[in-house]
Amino acid sequence: MTPKAKTILLTAVSAVVVTIYLFLDLGGNWDYALPRRIAKVLAMILTGGAIALSTTVFQTITNNRILTPSIMGLDSLYLLIQTVVIFMVGSTTLTMMNNHIHFLMTVGIMILFSGVLYKVMFRGGRNVYFLLLIGIIFGTLFQSLSSFMQILIDPNEFQIVQDKMFASFNNINTDLLWIAGALILAVTLYFLRFAKYLDVLSLGRDQAVNLGVEYDYVVKQFLIIIAVLVSISTALVGPITFLGLLVVNVTYEFMKTYRHRYLLTGSLLISVITLVGGQLIVEKVFTFTTTLSVIINFVGGVYFIYLLLKGSRT
Amino acid sequence: MIRVNHLFKKYGRKQVIEDVSIQIEKGKITSFIGPNGAGKSTLLSMISRLIAKDAGEITIDDQDLTKSKNRDLAKKISILKQSNFTTLRLTVRELVSFGRFPYSQGKLTETDWKHVDEAIRYLNLEDIQHRYLDQLSGGQQQRAYIAMVVAQDTEYILLDEPLNNLDMKHAVQIMKILRRLVDDLGKTVVIVIHDINFASCYSDHIVALKDGKVVREGAPHEMIHSSVLKEIYNMDFNVERFNNHRICLYYT
Repeated sequence: MTPKAKTILLTAVSAVVVTIYLFLDLGGNWDYALPRRIAKVLAMILTGGAIALSTTVFQTITNNRILTPSIMGLDSLYLLIQTVVIFMVGSTTLTMMNNHIHFLMTVGIMILFSGVLYKVMFRGGRNVYFLLLIGIIFGTLFQSLSSFMQILIDPNEFQIVQDKMFASFNNINTDLLWIAGALILAVTLYFLRFAKYLDVLSLGRDQAVNLGVEYDYVVKQFLIIIAVLVSISTALVGPITFLGLLVVNVTYEFMKTYRHRYLLTGSLLISVITLVGGQLIVEKVFTFTTTLSVIINFVGGVYFIYLLLKGSRT
Repeated sequence: MIRVNHLFKKYGRKQVIEDVSIQIEKGKITSFIGPNGAGKSTLLSMISRLIAKDAGEITIDDQDLTKSKNRDLAKKISILKQSNFTTLRLTVRELVSFGRFPYSQGKLTETDWKHVDEAIRYLNLEDIQHRYLDQLSGGQQQRAYIAMVVAQDTEYILLDEPLNNLDMKHAVQIMKILRRLVDDLGKTVVIVIHDINFASCYSDHIVALKDGKVVREGAPHEMIHSSVLKEIYNMDFNVERFNNHRICLYYT
């Protein structure tokens, strides 16, 4: 099967899954249930797309198939922000707080952090791996700070923090969805200007420079794009970058190509199928007793053990 | 012509290139030789803009390297490093087609494909052009990468130890191809090479480096002398003449 045929197949499957999700057991409450379900599906497409895109690009510029952007510490920063807010002002203020402000503040801080990190890193002309190393250290610092504060706060408050640790699509704010959608769309349009370099970048830095890519500039643009996409999707639904690792690896296995044109669309579609399908299971099989990210982490973990076993045999 | 003027480079505190000035003439094979750590690869990487220089000047056809656009440079000069390993699932033909990126930015035209076909034919890769790289031997992979550089169709071709890990047959094959690139297509080839007998038999000009400095340079018949080689490598060489070539014996 050619990559093109596979893309069409994936499109068909995701259309079917989305349709089932929208209309299964809809009953008579069309006016009530349908708009809510559409909002959820939109949120899943947006975050799924953002995560798939950022992870694929991240793996290409690092030439590493087991990394995700979470290594730069953005997930931990998200949790730290949530913990600090609850620690300082309490969960009641957080729930009362204007959603827009909270969302924009979280996105803003995360992008600001990446900006400062990049600024410091790129001044010395250091390489991407050095940036990742610093990212890991910051991530660990943020995690330790969060757990320190989580130990101090009231157990009931901790419950709220714990909720934030797992991605969930059950309470999507429709207004935020529009803001996030517009932001992601803008970033994606900017991304398309650089998309043609991805295939060459996957050959490694030396080959990319040899073939005329302004390597440092292009990689920096990609890193900024990744930071913005991860920040938006994390602030919208919670930390879910593990999804990217799963989806991108499945995409490579399934598409069997190096062309990013197919890898990107493939990973977008597979992540929509995973999210919507997973949510369907959460709602219909588990009747909301678990969250989507638990299922994704479980399935993803099993898949990676399978990959490891397969890899060690060959 | 490539001109290098008073070039310096430090890694940490170690001065790896110290005040190197050389000229690389068009239409010739120039070989960089010298002991390990002499700075050969570093010099080649700086000429090909893979790493930045600390001080000095490099010009290609009188154009300053740092002031040229990378995309234009990619049509003029190409570099192949010594370890080329990719986890990508690429066929030989797909790899070679990457060589056309500077011209078409990924959307290959008919002319581009013609260049790809020519490069594949030039390196005798027609039979295996649809095979995946990971199914090929080291020699075949190396030829595929050289084909990519040929498809890039640059005037200057820089190769860092192109014979690394190749057996005698493949090494000779590669050197003959490089010779043909120069003699038939008028390219300029610069290589870093460890086997001084290959350097002696195939190059037009040899530059010997030691401790980051140029110790000697000249044509093979000037360079391949036991006294010169002793100065470069600190060991004894027997140089014999054989079929108009100077061959070094240093194995015992």
